[in-house]
Amino acid sequence: MAPSRFNASEIRNKMKREEIHRAAKRENKQNKLKRRLAQAEVEKKNPEEKIKRLATNVPKTQDNMREFDPSMLTANPAVSSSKAGENEEPNTEANIDIDNDPFAAYFTSEADPSVPPKVLITTSPKASRNTYDFCDELVGIFPGAEFIRRKKGKGFEIGVIAGWAAGRGYGTMVVVNEDMKKPNGITMIHLPNGPTAYFKLTSVQLTKEIFGHARATPHHPELILNGFVTRLGHAVGRMFQTLFPRLPEFEGRQVVTLHNQRDFMFFRRHRYAFRSTEKAALQEIGPRFTLKLRWLKRGIPAVQNLGAAPPPLQLASDEENEEKEKRVVPPATDEYEWQWKPELETTRRTFFL
Amino acid sequence: MQVDDVIWSVINSQFCSYKVKTTTQNFCRNEYNVTGFCNRQSCPLANSRYATVREKEGVLYLYVKTIERAHTPANMWERIKLSKNYTKALEQIDQELIYWPSFTIHKCKQRVTKITQYLIKMRRLKLRQQPKLIGVKKKLDRRELRREEKALAAAHIERSIQKELIERLKSKAYGDAPLNVNEDVWKAVLDGERAKEKIKEGGVELEDEESEEDEEEENEFDVEYVEADDDEDEEDYGGREFVSDDSAIESDGAEDLEDLAGGDDRGTSEEDSDDSDEENKKPARAGTKRKAKPPPKRPTKRPKKGTTIYLHLPAPLADHLSQGLVWRSKWRRRRSHSQKKPYCLGEVHPQTLFTRVHEIINYTRNYFFGGFFESIRTASFENT
Repeated sequence: MAPSRFNASEIRNKMKREEIHRAAKRENKQNKLKRRLAQAEVEKKNPEEKIKRLATNVPKTQDNMREFDPSMLTANPAVSSSKAGENEEPNTEANIDIDNDPFAAYFTSEADPSVPPKVLITTSPKASRNTYDFCDELVGIFPGAEFIRRKKGKGFEIGVIAGWAAGRGYGTMVVVNEDMKKPNGITMIHLPNGPTAYFKLTSVQLTKEIFGHARATPHHPELILNGFVTRLGHAVGRMFQTLFPRLPEFEGRQVVTLHNQRDFMFFRRHRYAFRSTEKAALQEIGPRFTLKLRWLKRGIPAVQNLGAAPPPLQLASDEENEEKEKRVVPPATDEYEWQWKPELETTRRTFFL
Repeated sequence: MQVDDVIWSVINSQFCSYKVKTTTQNFCRNEYNVTGFCNRQSCPLANSRYATVREKEGVLYLYVKTIERAHTPANMWERIKLSKNYTKALEQIDQELIYWPSFTIHKCKQRVTKITQYLIKMRRLKLRQQPKLIGVKKKLDRRELRREEKALAAAHIERSIQKELIERLKSKAYGDAPLNVNEDVWKAVLDGERAKEKIKEGGVELEDEESEEDEEEENEFDVEYVEADDDEDEEDYGGREFVSDDSAIESDGAEDLEDLAGGDDRGTSEEDSDDSDEENKKPARAGTKRKAKPPPKRPTKRPKKGTTIYLHLPAPLADHLSQGLVWRSKWRRRRSHSQKKPYCLGEVHPQTLFTRVHEIINYTRNYFFGGFFESIRTASFENT
């Protein structure tokens, strides 16, 4: 043990200094171990102690110290403790707002809920192998998905394609952007009238790269959307929801998760099995990837200088005219609902979703 | 005084600020140069008679310089607007540069062609939507990468998914007859709910469960007496115990061990008739006592890799064994809490068990009987 009159760092003999330092360190460790063992002993006899300790001893994390956002749909954590009873319906206005958002049609439609919504998946122009592989995975995830190669040449801007897709009954269009031959972004366009969200895409792991992965079945998966609390977060979550059929096929025991933690959305897909009433076993199916919202626009992507449409052909009978598909014209300018900027993150505890 | 040759000799051999030297060719940076090369013919400084075509905000102009205006640099260049029509512009050049060297006329026309082409292309590109290029911010990427890692660690994704699924199961989100739940688990869920309801109704009898637990505990206590070590409890399923009596070793210890070896050999070779054989042999093995649980009735075709075997030996023999060659470092020598089982052979694979036991037998035999049983032993092993 180190003598108290010496400060170990003041000893000039290195060997001695190290020796004393080591001894002191060891002693500290031993003391700590003893303390914890004693604590464990006490708590084993008396489990209430442990509950009490865990209740009082909550570590501060970025998540529970999060700055309050007025658009949070849950009550203010700081206020709620004092007057929890008052805020039974804190956001009725927000609820009405949510019920009337562009995705409401998906939730209220009379159509068969087990029919998957059509999803068009395409890439940025001149995509490469990695991106196509990733798109294949995406097609496997969304039950109603269809991949179409991005056409070359002019006149195939995203907005134009989105207009066509909307006319053909697609519910969502997903464009995978690539940079340096790797997928690096996803544009998700809710059809027919937006909104459009752009996500940064990172940490892509395809199914085959996941060790011990399960195989996917064509059943419609369940969906878990974790941690979306603000108005913006709900918009993103609901947008993601519209990619899947409303009614999952439970016999497939597949679950797709989009877990939002500190604005990073982690995508996972698992097969589960209930082992007991308290335990569910998971096996990952894959792929894994992480999304981060960069911007949300109101409509479908704008197309500047869209060539004027030719005058409609005059036909003898008017019936055929009515039957032709409704045309969705992309807007000329973009209207941002929300855009990420570095200066928005004033503190580390500020999150938007 | 304007002397073209003098100017050119300076430009060519000494210095020109417009000149760009490369390994293969010299270029000219002067805006009025009609070709862009640095040579005698196309130098706008060393030619007092010169013509070129330039574009200003989408409009083409023919610039002409003559010797008569050389003394007034401000008015040196005469600017003539060319027609928007390409063919008319060429005709205009022909008219304006009549009697000029054909080199100048030709180069000016070439320049008109080139500029017209790039103007067309510019207009076309302007009509088409170009992809917006965004810079890569390395520092931002790095920062977000770190934050993503930390967020992932904080998320405990699998745990939160499991929690959510269990919640769904218990809140009956999967309906009354769920397809994704095992029957037993679903029953348990329903039972749990019923129990809760009962609690709510008041006065629950948990006595039955408690009594069952008591019985279990008692059983465990019984078993504990037999089992060797606490930490081997879980692995005990596939394991066996061979126990020999302390008193028996003096008289027929070696035979016991032989029996033991033979029995185990049988166990590995003929798995199917394992149980029945042992029952038959039981009376024959009077000296040995099987204190362990009877071996589990599952087929032992592929036993666990590490099977713990306990040999209960009298102290003098055990000491000798431990000192002798037979005792290998792999065989963990352990003194267990009960004195009846002083040594254990840790982690012996059933297939190698036979040879190990054989070694022990040899050693004990040599120690006690000095090779007396040699002939019998070999004969019996040949039979098996």
